Amino acid sequence: MAVRLDKQWMPLNADSLRLIAGHLGVYQLGNDAGDIVYIGVAGGRSLFGLKGELQKALEDPPAGATQFRVEVNMAYRTRHFELLQAYWSDHGVLPVANTDVDTRSLGQLRPG
Amino acid sequence: MDLALTDEQRMIVDIVRRFVREEIVPLEDDLDPDADELPPEQLAKLVDKVKEMGLYGLDTPPEYGGPDINLVTRCLIAIECSQHRAGLYAPCYYAFGGARQAQLFEATDDQKNKYLYPMLEGKKRVFFGLSEPSGGSDPGRAIQTRAVRDGDDWVLNGTKLWISGADRADYGLLFARTGGPGRTGVTAFIVETQWPGFNVRRIVHTLRSAKYATEIQLEDLRVPHENILGEEGGGFAIANDRLSRQRVPYAAECLGVAIRAHEMAIEYSKIRETFGAPLSSRQGIQWMLVENEIDIRQARWLVMDGAAKADRGEPFRTESAIAKLVASEAAGRVVDRSMQIHGGLGVAKDLPLERWYRELRIRRVGEGPSEVQKHVIARDILGASLR
Repeated sequence: MAVRLDKQWMPLNADSLRLIAGHLGVYQLGNDAGDIVYIGVAGGRSLFGLKGELQKALEDPPAGATQFRVEVNMAYRTRHFELLQAYWSDHGVLPVANTDVDTRSLGQLRPG
Repeated sequence: MDLALTDEQRMIVDIVRRFVREEIVPLEDDLDPDADELPPEQLAKLVDKVKEMGLYGLDTPPEYGGPDINLVTRCLIAIECSQHRAGLYAPCYYAFGGARQAQLFEATDDQKNKYLYPMLEGKKRVFFGLSEPSGGSDPGRAIQTRAVRDGDDWVLNGTKLWISGADRADYGLLFARTGGPGRTGVTAFIVETQWPGFNVRRIVHTLRSAKYATEIQLEDLRVPHENILGEEGGGFAIANDRLSRQRVPYAAECLGVAIRAHEMAIEYSKIRETFGAPLSSRQGIQWMLVENEIDIRQARWLVMDGAAKADRGEPFRTESAIAKLVASEAAGRVVDRSMQIHGGLGVAKDLPLERWYRELRIRRVGEGPSEVQKHVIARDILGASLR
C-alpha cells in the first residue's frame, strides 16, 4: 500500500456518492486544481461510514472542495494519521480545512 | 503460594478499580472505538488524580520518584488498569505514567540529566528500537544494523521495524552491531530523532487501528560515542533484561481484559433469552463460562507466581515466560468465547470485545511470540544444551 493516497478523484456530487458504501476508511477532499483541502476519516462512530462523511462534505463543502477519493480501510485511525503525517512532511502544514486536527498528536514521518 | 491480598493491596485495587470505572470507562462513550489517546488537557486532569492516589510512575523506581510497590502489586494494578476498551495497549490512556525505558536508570549521570529526567517529567518521549526485518526475539543474531566508529562518533546504517512511537519520540534506545556476530557484538545507543540520518519511513498497519508501529531507516546517522548506553558490546544484556522484565505486567494486562470480558459474558448470559430461557441456563453456554473461569484462574496463578518470585529476588525468567505464554493465549480464548456468547453484538464495535479480540491476537506475537516463550522455558528445563 502506497503511503500517499493515489486513487482517482471523483466529483463531489450526489451521483458519485451513490457509488460509495458505508464502510470505515479514509478519504480526501480536493479542489478543482486537485489540491488536497481535507483529509478525513470515517471511524467507528460514523453513522454511515464513508458515505455519511462524504454526504456531510457534499452538503457543506470545506474550503471549496469539489472532488473526493476514498480508501476503505479497517485500520482507519492509523491510516488517517499516516496520510496527515505524509501531507505534513510534503507541505510543512496540514490541508487548509483540517483545523479539526490537533497537530500535537502527529508524529514526524519522512516517507521519502 | 498465597494469593490473598494484603490490606494495602486490597485498598490499592479498590482505588484503581473505582478510578477505571468512574473516570476512564465513561470517557470512552465519546471516543472512537479504536482510540488510544486523550487530548493533553483531559489526560493532565487524570494524571493529577493518579498523582493524588500516589500511584503515578508505576515503572519508576522509588529513588526516582515512583511509588514504592513490588511487582505483585504492580501486576494487580495492571489487571485493573486494562479493564476498559483501550486498556490492553493504552491502559488508562497512560494516566499512570506510561511505559518507561528502564534501561535508562543505568545510564551515566550526564545521560540521565539529558535524557532520563526529562522523560520522567513527561517532557521527552522515548522509543525502544530493537527489532529489524530480520527479527526481534533473538537480538544476538538478528541485528544487522551496523555502527562503525569514526573519530568521536559512531555512524549507524540499517533498518528497524515494528518500532512503536518512533515518529513522535524525542529520542530512543537503538541497538546496532559494533562487533562480530553474536550477543557480544551488539551495542545500545541513545539516539535523538532530530539528528540527520534518522528517518521514520512508514507506519506499519496491523490488526490494531489504534497504536501503530513504524519502520525506521538509518542513513549515516552520526551518534556521539558518549551516547552509548552501558558498555560497548553490552547491548544484548540491556535488550534481554527489558524483554524479561516486561513479560509479567504484560501478562497481567492480558488477564485484566480476560476478566472483564468474562464478567460481561456472565452478565449478558443472564439477561439474554433464547427460546424462552436465559442463555445462562444452557449447558453449552455454561461450559464456555466454566472454561473462561479456569483459563483466568490458571493465568492469574502463573502471573502472580512469576511476580512473587521476582519480588523475592529469585530467578524468574522461566516464570515470566510461562506467565506471558499462558495469559496471552488464555485471554484470547476467553474473549473469543465471550464474543460467541454475545452473538452479533460481540463482533460489533458497540462493545469492546471485538477490539480486545484483535489486539489479543497481537499479544501472542508481541514481546516474544508463544513459540519463543516455549523456547525460553525449554532451555531452562533442559539446561544450556539448547543454546
